[in-house]
Amino acid sequence: MSDVVVAGVGMHPWGKWGRNFVEYGVVAARAALQDAGIAWRDVQFVAGADTMRNGYPGYVSGATFAQALGWTGARVSSSYAACASGSTALESARAEILAGRCDVALVVGADTTPKGFLAPNAGDRPDDPDWLRFRLLGATNPTYFALYARRRMALYGATEADFAQVRAKNARHGLENPNARYRKDFSVDDVLASAMVADPLRLLEICATSDGGAAVILTSADWAKRHGVADRVKVRAISTVTPTFPQTVIEMPNFSTDSGVAFSADAVTPFKAAIAQGAYEESGIGPEDLSLAEVYDLSSALELDWYEDIGLCKAGEAERLLHDGDTEIGGRIPVNASGGLACFGEAVPAQALAQVCELTWQLRGQAGARQVEGATVGITANQGLFGHGSSVLLST
Amino acid sequence: MPAIEGWFTIDDEPVLLGNRCTSCRTVYFPKASFFCRNPDCDGEEFEEARLSRRGKIWSYTDAQYQPPSPFIAPPGDYQPFAHAAVELAEEQMVILGQVASGFGVADLEVGQEVELIVEELYSDDEHDYLVYKWKPAGAERDGVRA
Ligand SMILES: [Zn+2]
Repeated sequence: MSDVVVAGVGMHPWGKWGRNFVEYGVVAARAALQDAGIAWRDVQFVAGADTMRNGYPGYVSGATFAQALGWTGARVSSSYAACASGSTALESARAEILAGRCDVALVVGADTTPKGFLAPNAGDRPDDPDWLRFRLLGATNPTYFALYARRRMALYGATEADFAQVRAKNARHGLENPNARYRKDFSVDDVLASAMVADPLRLLEICATSDGGAAVILTSADWAKRHGVADRVKVRAISTVTPTFPQTVIEMPNFSTDSGVAFSADAVTPFKAAIAQGAYEESGIGPEDLSLAEVYDLSSALELDWYEDIGLCKAGEAERLLHDGDTEIGGRIPVNASGGLACFGEAVPAQALAQVCELTWQLRGQAGARQVEGATVGITANQGLFGHGSSVLLST
Repeated sequence: MPAIEGWFTIDDEPVLLGNRCTSCRTVYFPKASFFCRNPDCDGEEFEEARLSRRGKIWSYTDAQYQPPSPFIAPPGDYQPFAHAAVELAEEQMVILGQVASGFGVADLEVGQEVELIVEELYSDDEHDYLVYKWKPAGAERDGVRA
C-alpha cells in the first residue's frame, strides 16, 4: 500500500473559552496548513469531525469549516462517531488519498462543550439507551469508568493509590504542553484528597469536558515529494473496528452485556484489545516496536486497562509497568506524553486528532520538554460510544 | 407503576423480563425486537424470558453527585446511591442496576450474591414510579449485612 503522509498538524489550545467551535477549528486548520507549508486553495478534500452540541453547523462540520476557510469547491465529508469522530474523519481523508481521488486533505475537529457531566441531548427518548440510563439508573459516564476501575481492583489488586499515580504522571507530562488546559502538578496525595465522584474514582481522576480544536493535513507521499513537503511522519494504519458478539464487558450506555449462551465467550477478543490489534495487523508493526502511545484516559484507571489492551504488557501487569516508571517520559514506553485527557479534558470530535498531533510532534522531535527521545513509532487508542473503534498508528 | 413498561414485574418476587431468540437461545435485556443480534443467527422470533432473580456482583460503584436530567432526584437533600453490575450465571450476561436504598459501596464486594427487588425511583402527584434494583442477598433492609 502506498504511503499517506502527515504533512501538517495544528491545534487551538484546550480550555473553557466559551466561543464558537468554528473559531477553534479554523485556528487549528490554519496552524496545520502553515505547519505543512500548504495553501488552503491546494486542499482538495475536507473531512470534518462532527459535534452534536453546537446545532446544525456541528452536524455538517466538514462544510462548516470549508465555508469558514472560504469556499474553494473542495470535496467534503462530515463524520460522527462520538469519541472516535476524529479518526473516522481521518480515515475518510486517507481513503480518498489511497483511492487516488485526491492528494491533499484537511481533517478538522473542534468542540464547544457545556459544563459538568456530559448529559444526553434534551427531549424524552424512551427508546434511546443513552437517555434511559440517566432516567432509570442515574448512570453517568463516570459510573461506567468506576465499574471498570473497581473490577481492576478485584481482579488484579489495583489500589486507589495506583490510579492516583497515573493521574500524577500525566500531570507531570501535561506541565510541558502549551495546548493542555490543566497544567498543574498534582501529587498522589493531592489526587487522593480530591472529592470522590464515583467510588473508587475521584474528581481529579475523571476527565472533564473542554473546548478545543485540532487539525491534520494528509497528503499522498508522491505529492509531498513533488512539492517538497515534510514527509517524515507516515500513517501506517487506522483501525475503525467494531466489537465482536458477544460483548462481555458492559459498555456505555448499555444496561447489559450481550448474553454468551450461544458462544464460547473466551473465543472473542475484547473490544478494546481488538481496536489496537486492527492497527497492528494492518501495519505489520507490533507493540514491541512502539516508542510511545496516546491512549484515552477518560479515567486514571482506564489508562491501566489500555496498557494491556494495546499489548504493552499482559493482563494484570499494568500496575507494575506504572510503578517501574516504564510509562513515564524517559521510561521504556511513555504513555500520554501530552498529558492525556487528564490535562486536556475531552473536546469530543477534536480529541482523537489531538492524539495524532502529539504523535506527529514526537516523531518529528518537536515536542520540546516532553520529547520522547528517538521516537519513531506511536499508536493512539480510543473508543467511541456504541462501538466505534479508533486507533491510529504512525511511524517515521 | 413501573417507571418503564415491560422491563420487570412488580410482585413480591420481582423478575426482569427479557426475551430469548427462539433460533439460537440468546437472551436479551432489555428485550430485543425485530431481529436477533447474534451475527450467525437470522432469527426474528422471541419468547419472553424471566431472568434469574439472583446473580453475583461483577463490579460496583456509587453516584456521590446528583446525576443530570433526565434523572429525577427524590425531593430533599441529595442522597448518594450505589450501582452494581451483576452477572447472571444461566443467562451469561451482566446487568447494571441501582443498589437497594440503604446500601452503599461499603456493603458491597465483587463476587457477592445479590437479588432483584423493586423500589420507588421517583413519584409525581398521580403515581409512584418503580424500578428494579439489586439488594445484597439475605440482607436486612437497613443496609447492614445480615
Ligand atoms: Zn438468535
